[in-house]
Amino acid sequence: MTDAPVLELRGLRKSFGEQEVLRGIDLTVDRHEVICVIGASGSGKSTLLKTVNLLEGIDDGQVLLQGADISDPRVDVDATRARIGVVFQQFNLFPHRTVLDNVTLASRKVHGVDRATAEQTARRLLDRIGLADFAGSYPDRLSGGQQQRVAIVRAIASDPELLLLDEVTSALDPMLVGEVLDLVTELKQQGSTILMTTHEMHFARHVADRIVFLHRGEVVEQGAPAAVLDDPQHPALVEFLSRVGA
Amino acid sequence: MTLPAGVGAGTPVAAPAPSQIELERRLWRRQRGRRSVVLSVVSTLVVLAIAYFGVVNTPGWAAVQQSFFDPGIAASTFPDILLGLWLNVRILFFASIGVAVFGTVLAVVRGLRSPVFFPLRMLATAYTDLFRGLPLIIVLYLVGFGLPGLGVFPRLPPEFWGTIAIVLTYSSYVAEVLRAGMEAVHPSQRLAARSLGLSHTQTLRLVVLPQAIRKVTPALMNDFVSMQKDVGLVSILGAVDAVRSAQIAQAETYNFTPYLVAGLLFVVISLPLIRVTDAIARRQQRREQIGGTV
Repeated sequence: MTDAPVLELRGLRKSFGEQEVLRGIDLTVDRHEVICVIGASGSGKSTLLKTVNLLEGIDDGQVLLQGADISDPRVDVDATRARIGVVFQQFNLFPHRTVLDNVTLASRKVHGVDRATAEQTARRLLDRIGLADFAGSYPDRLSGGQQQRVAIVRAIASDPELLLLDEVTSALDPMLVGEVLDLVTELKQQGSTILMTTHEMHFARHVADRIVFLHRGEVVEQGAPAAVLDDPQHPALVEFLSRVGA
Repeated sequence: MTLPAGVGAGTPVAAPAPSQIELERRLWRRQRGRRSVVLSVVSTLVVLAIAYFGVVNTPGWAAVQQSFFDPGIAASTFPDILLGLWLNVRILFFASIGVAVFGTVLAVVRGLRSPVFFPLRMLATAYTDLFRGLPLIIVLYLVGFGLPGLGVFPRLPPEFWGTIAIVLTYSSYVAEVLRAGMEAVHPSQRLAARSLGLSHTQTLRLVVLPQAIRKVTPALMNDFVSMQKDVGLVSILGAVDAVRSAQIAQAETYNFTPYLVAGLLFVVISLPLIRVTDAIARRQQRREQIGGTV
């Protein structure tokens, strides 16, 4: 790997019609770093993650993955996305495929791994999250927390350089949030590079290397969790933290 | 969750001038856009040229051209055929209303859950099974010659019986499409409607059907376009529509050009609707994939 950060955003801008959702975002994510993006609904968090994965086009600025500009229209979008893992708020497992198929699909169809190897990897990962018995089940047999953990495993099965987690616990029962966050913590310990949005301040405090506060499409404050959460400077952050009760 | 039109993103501020990189990207996209237009034009011309010369150079082309593409005959028979087409349009109008009503009734009956309605439900199921399987032309003969033959109906023109036959057949298709649409509306929508105190009928009429129709609009439009040309089949009952007029003209001139004229007229009346169908499908797709560029 190069010395460049895994991800670098330079002056990222995005509008939906008249509405500017991202107003010049600069952000770097280094290798093995876990970054939590926090902010109110509509602050641009989810849009930010979508632009990184090229699911959303940008109006200006650059997205660099391992130092290479992936916002250039000449790059192969599919090949780029294959290098980035994404987990969505609503899991988005494929309901017509078994858990095992969900996890092995990209390995087999995108990365050209043979079925036996892909399934071996998938079973090992499922075993680690305690869902090996569900390999042959369809997603509707699983609880929300289990589905989300499968979705995370699906995203990491092909060993992505960067993992994007978009409010992965927001659609879950409070009882199930813990098991998903434990898995994320485990991924951090294994050295994954993660950019995530979250509302779980407690989790962000303990797991994030850096917290980034997004307000009206701009990064108004960022730093170590303790600094950002305990000593907020920007009035918007002060208000946000008082509302979420962190 | 991000709301696309960012709630709380504040008042829109004029974006600063685009950067050099962005300008260069836009230029590249424009160039590529121009290149694809040129490519599509060239490939279209090549395909058309090959098709044209391929047909024109066949050994029998001269004879075929004479009997199918005679401009003089086309011009002289055009008014009669157009007049016949007016009958097709009227049949289409009344048949559409009939199909909309009868098809919806069938779909609703098939969706009834209560055991009390079992006989009705079974009848509706048998009906759709039967009429989707029967070729339209046979239904036309049975209805057009069979029903008047019973001697209980007053003397009615063949176009009346033709319309009935088309309604009977197409209602069964439309009913199945609508039923699929109703089943595709998420059960939570029913729950939400019933929780507000709406009755079963109100739920169906105000919540389920509107969403169902929206879901299956492309399929319904497809059935409509198909019906538009099938109204030409009423000619077999003797109704003087565009096809029948063309047949009469063909018998007079010993030339098949009138059929071509009638065929083209059917295409012309269906074109606006096909375009509308495409536009609706596109809009729906956009709505369902908000923001996604995948």
